[in-house]
Amino acid sequence: MARNKEALLLLIDVGPSMHNVLPEVEKICSMLVQKKLIFGKYDEVGVVLFGTEDTDNVLTDEIGGYEHVIVLNHLKVVDGDLIKVLEELPRGTVDGDFLDAIVVGMDMLIKKFGQTIKGKKRLCLITNAIHPIKDPYEGTKQDQVHTIAAQMAAHGMKMECIVYRGEQEMDGNKSAIEENDLLLDTISKMTSSRKVHVGNSTSLLGALRTRNISPVTIYRGDLELSSEVKVMVWVYKKTSEEKFPTLKKYSDKAPETDKLASHEVKVEYEYKKVDDPTKVVPPEQRIKGYRYGPQVVPISSAEWEAVKFKPEKGVKLLGFTDASNIMRHYYMKDVNIVIAEPGNTKAALAVSALARAMKEMNKVAIVRCVWRQGQTQVVIGVLTPNISDRDHVPDSFYLNVLPFVEDVREFQFPSFSNLPSSMLPNNEQQEAADNLVKMLELAPTGKAECLQPEFTPNPVLERFYRYLELKSRHPDAAVPPLDETLKKITEPDSDLLSHSKSVIDEFRRLFELKENPKLKKSARRLLRDKPSGSNDEREDPGNIDDAEAINSIEPASAFKVEKIGVYNPVQDFESMMLRRDGTEWVNKAITDMKSIIWELIEDSFEGDNFQKVLECLIALRKGCILEQEPKQFNDFLLKLCKFCTEKDLASFTEFLASKNFMLISKTEAEESEITEDEAKSFLVKAEQK
Amino acid sequence: MMELEPDEVFADDEDDLENGFYQGKEASKELVVYLVDASPKMFNTTCGGDINGHDETHFHVAVSCIAQSLKTQIINRSYDEIAICFFNTREKKNIQDLNGVYVFTVAHRDYLDRPTARLIKEFDSVQESFIKQIGSQYGILSGSRNNSLYNALWVAQALLRKGSAKTADKRILLFTNEDDPFGSINGITKKDMMRTTLQRAKDAQELGISIELLPLSRPNEEFNASHFYAELLGLEDDDLNQFMPSAVMRFDDLKNQLRKRIFKKRKVRRITFTIANALSIELNTYALIRPTVPGQITWLDSVTNLPIKTERSFVCTDTGTLLQEPPKRSQSYKNEEIKFSSYELSDIKRVSTGHLRLLGFKPLSCLKDYHNLRPTTFLFPSDEEVAGSTCVFIALHKSMLKLKRYAVAFYGSSTHPQLVALIAQDEILNAGGQVEPPGMHMIYLPYSDDIRQTDEVHTYTSSTAPRATDDHVKRATALMRRIDLKEFSVCQFSNPALQRHYAMVQAMALDEDEVPEIADETVPDAEGMARPGVVKALEEFKVSIYGENYEEESGLAVGGKGNTLAKKRKAEDATKESTNYDWSDLADNGRLKDKTVAELKLYLTAHGLPVAGKKELLINRILTHLGK
Repeated sequence: MARNKEALLLLIDVGPSMHNVLPEVEKICSMLVQKKLIFGKYDEVGVVLFGTEDTDNVLTDEIGGYEHVIVLNHLKVVDGDLIKVLEELPRGTVDGDFLDAIVVGMDMLIKKFGQTIKGKKRLCLITNAIHPIKDPYEGTKQDQVHTIAAQMAAHGMKMECIVYRGEQEMDGNKSAIEENDLLLDTISKMTSSRKVHVGNSTSLLGALRTRNISPVTIYRGDLELSSEVKVMVWVYKKTSEEKFPTLKKYSDKAPETDKLASHEVKVEYEYKKVDDPTKVVPPEQRIKGYRYGPQVVPISSAEWEAVKFKPEKGVKLLGFTDASNIMRHYYMKDVNIVIAEPGNTKAALAVSALARAMKEMNKVAIVRCVWRQGQTQVVIGVLTPNISDRDHVPDSFYLNVLPFVEDVREFQFPSFSNLPSSMLPNNEQQEAADNLVKMLELAPTGKAECLQPEFTPNPVLERFYRYLELKSRHPDAAVPPLDETLKKITEPDSDLLSHSKSVIDEFRRLFELKENPKLKKSARRLLRDKPSGSNDEREDPGNIDDAEAINSIEPASAFKVEKIGVYNPVQDFESMMLRRDGTEWVNKAITDMKSIIWELIEDSFEGDNFQKVLECLIALRKGCILEQEPKQFNDFLLKLCKFCTEKDLASFTEFLASKNFMLISKTEAEESEITEDEAKSFLVKAEQK
Repeated sequence: MMELEPDEVFADDEDDLENGFYQGKEASKELVVYLVDASPKMFNTTCGGDINGHDETHFHVAVSCIAQSLKTQIINRSYDEIAICFFNTREKKNIQDLNGVYVFTVAHRDYLDRPTARLIKEFDSVQESFIKQIGSQYGILSGSRNNSLYNALWVAQALLRKGSAKTADKRILLFTNEDDPFGSINGITKKDMMRTTLQRAKDAQELGISIELLPLSRPNEEFNASHFYAELLGLEDDDLNQFMPSAVMRFDDLKNQLRKRIFKKRKVRRITFTIANALSIELNTYALIRPTVPGQITWLDSVTNLPIKTERSFVCTDTGTLLQEPPKRSQSYKNEEIKFSSYELSDIKRVSTGHLRLLGFKPLSCLKDYHNLRPTTFLFPSDEEVAGSTCVFIALHKSMLKLKRYAVAFYGSSTHPQLVALIAQDEILNAGGQVEPPGMHMIYLPYSDDIRQTDEVHTYTSSTAPRATDDHVKRATALMRRIDLKEFSVCQFSNPALQRHYAMVQAMALDEDEVPEIADETVPDAEGMARPGVVKALEEFKVSIYGENYEEESGLAVGGKGNTLAKKRKAEDATKESTNYDWSDLADNGRLKDKTVAELKLYLTAHGLPVAGKKELLINRILTHLGK
């Protein structure tokens, strides 16, 4: 196995007490394999189940015992079939023994790879560990675990344990739970592996690292307390955003018959003179210009090289200061971790002493960092102590980047106390707010914290990879709705809401919110989620000009409508459809109208603008019939309804159904592919879904 | 949202455009007239010394604030146009030829125009020549019909006639320390002058010009806006409180206050915050902290120094066809290319319907130091569209502060949906005014995918990790007391790289040969570190950890010193070996290429040259070194 390859064995508890979370286990394990198919194509994965009715493993055959453990999948290079296997894990019938599974797993790894310690060997155990494990033939369970852990360490294996326990499980067999935790702790300590506890299905999805990124230091060198006293440290990234994958541009120009087509798209750049676009400037003839007022100042890279800021590599202490001087919101970027150079005991002591003293005195350290020689930037950072509560993990610092003067924009905002009293909450309201904050508690004492970043997966990435898998099987599949487990990340937990209903109702009753009638419609544009700075004014949430503009043109119907406002969409739409000074207007009108409808529907508030949406839809429908664009309308409506069903806006589809709203059928517009019956019944279908 | 450009949907949205506060809305540029009172009172009144104890005149404060803001503006908002206009001057210079008003500008620049390098340079030294060339003199005196304030407003308004109110924000910023400009005159004349001046201001405001007052006051004679200016600005009593800055002792504080008000508060966007079903309030978001980067690069043709434009085209590799923006993207998966349309991709990212949705609250201790990814966004309520928003916001704000909780919410932007923490920030005031505004800071939280388990990379398996003893900690504590930055504030340093960059561009823009040296404020305070107390504390800490033999102990490191020694030894060995070859001869006969890479490296190591690279490169390096 090559150095960067990994052999991973999944040890999954499928006993009866695990059945309720197995759907999530299936998802997370498939996701892991999926990511391997992209990022670690040559990694090998095997699957061992325990708690099964059957027994099927080599150890049983060889030496007996190890019952109710089956090898579902032998270690082999990942492929698509494995995903299918993991998606349908068989349910077991007996309470599993995780230690048996671990031994089977280790045995498999050893047999396959022998003593070679090249590459990474990992076991990943997913269990609730609530049932007592069997007593060994000789010695104690502790002894047995020690032997196992020592073997693991000797063979360079790591084992990650994910212990899932919901509320029910916590009430189970207390002594067994305690014993199991102790045993697993021993293994995790001796093999320096991770062990995590999760309490709900959403956290389970985030608990397993589905993508292995080998950590790389961004700095190795001195932490200079002064020019005389230096401590050797290494700096790693602690957080770093996992981006949405960069997709390739795809060209479908090649004929379908061409099986060898690469479908690649090449991007070519050409540089042309502004004053004479026929003249091409070769790339090497370009020079960088920097704006300075109306001037653009050309500066060659050689000139830069001569004068640019070239600080020396190093991390230097500027001093210590009270932690309260550094407010949390000044942290600028992703976070680094500073550890003492591995193996350097004295450095580890120094880091530990500083970290503990900082913690004790509530201080932080301010440092100036230049990570690499030749880097042209310095970074001012703050070190905060990270005191380890585990014996084998050394103390360290977190390093956050602080802003420079130039990075801070100071605006003055009115003091709350200076606001008119009508804008301030009265005692009763304040109490309601206090109660709300208390009730909607996500980290209740004695229970697992919800939505802990460590265990909360990125719903967009989750969804992307699942859709990718789906598409690989059904290329035309539509994006499936966000599943319930992931919805708990984007929406408030329904249990929590119903639990707090009286408090929420009281809060709602005491505070009166009124939409400013004059501006109400422009508020509707709030949901346009385009970054400001876009040239399209309409997208600018702060801009109310166009609402006014449309207002002002109302009397003068001769005015040529250039865009559809939210104020009078139907009227604007009709005027624009009638414009005859260009063919593009019809299309623009339809497109604009569609986005207005989206906007209205997304922003609807207990159905308050359903009527308006309906009016828009009627206008759009009429327009599409007149202009023979039935497909545009039908596709749009179907999509809209689908969206509503998925997003708890089913009341809208019901509303449409109550108005007997229809698709455009063949009888109305020839190009339509929809029969009259289908047109009438589409809503029924949508509801059934 | 349906009409996103494919590019935007596909973009990896490295950063939302909301990053960078200046990029805000280019569409609306700003036209600003700085109206500076230059009466003798501005020169006579000083305010408490700066850090070095020098007293500074109010005039100096106003001018240096403007100079500072010009420098920020020219780089970040260079399309804005500004005019600098003094009133109560001896000389006059303005289109209307009105008395007591002097518009300052430089060659090749209109009165109201974009700031140029020359303007900045000359304005920097305006104070030195001011009395001689422009002069200061009271413009409103009894017995004369002159009204310099009226004239000033007229000139400013005329300058701002340029551009439509729709596309530009027009502002007059008035710097003065005279709260009663007509105090020196009486009777009917006074009434008359006040009336016409107020009318002038009103006319300007009706044309869409906002007039903002930046009063300079002293603790013992506070600026009293109710004499005259409240009416000019159209302020009610209630607003006055909010509006008037507090009187300050120190020049720096005064300068800070003015500076904060020179730039218009720009919101990034307006969002709805859904607290519960059917309960949504309106918030404005502000980017108070964003990394400032050297302005955008414009590519130029090096022959003519004229801008060039970049044209991007997409070519299908299979057919060579020129494509429009490709309609699809793909990901390799299971030996196949899986295709996605832009709609599908935007659908994937649409995981939430609302803007900002409350999920619940957590104790502040749940927010760890590593729960961070990007600069924060500031939230402040607005009643503009949903009346009552502010009240709800303040109630929650107070509760969160009292109960030490932060809110967890989902921020559903279409490109970057993210879990966020909302931290209530109480207002912090000091003598210099508002230090932290009241509101909430939105912190972007990482997902589990973004958090790395780096602490576990280097664990101690066979033994426990080294832990400091009480004595070690005591020494470290003593050290901390010695090197305590008491006054530290988060943004006290200028970014040296950026300052160097600006200095360079400015020098080049003015055709100057010398780039002024920029002091690097970020280096440790060598003087402070050399104080005996500090040195002693450091020494004691060092000894407690490393013992007396620091040099060797710290050298135990795998890298560091050992490494240098090894290098030295290797170089010696290589030098010996290297003498076995006649390098010059080999080079002359072109036989270097017959040698193995290992042999070539002997030469390089012996001469302290880098040994990295391909064989060809190594040979070239040797040839260069031999001078061949």
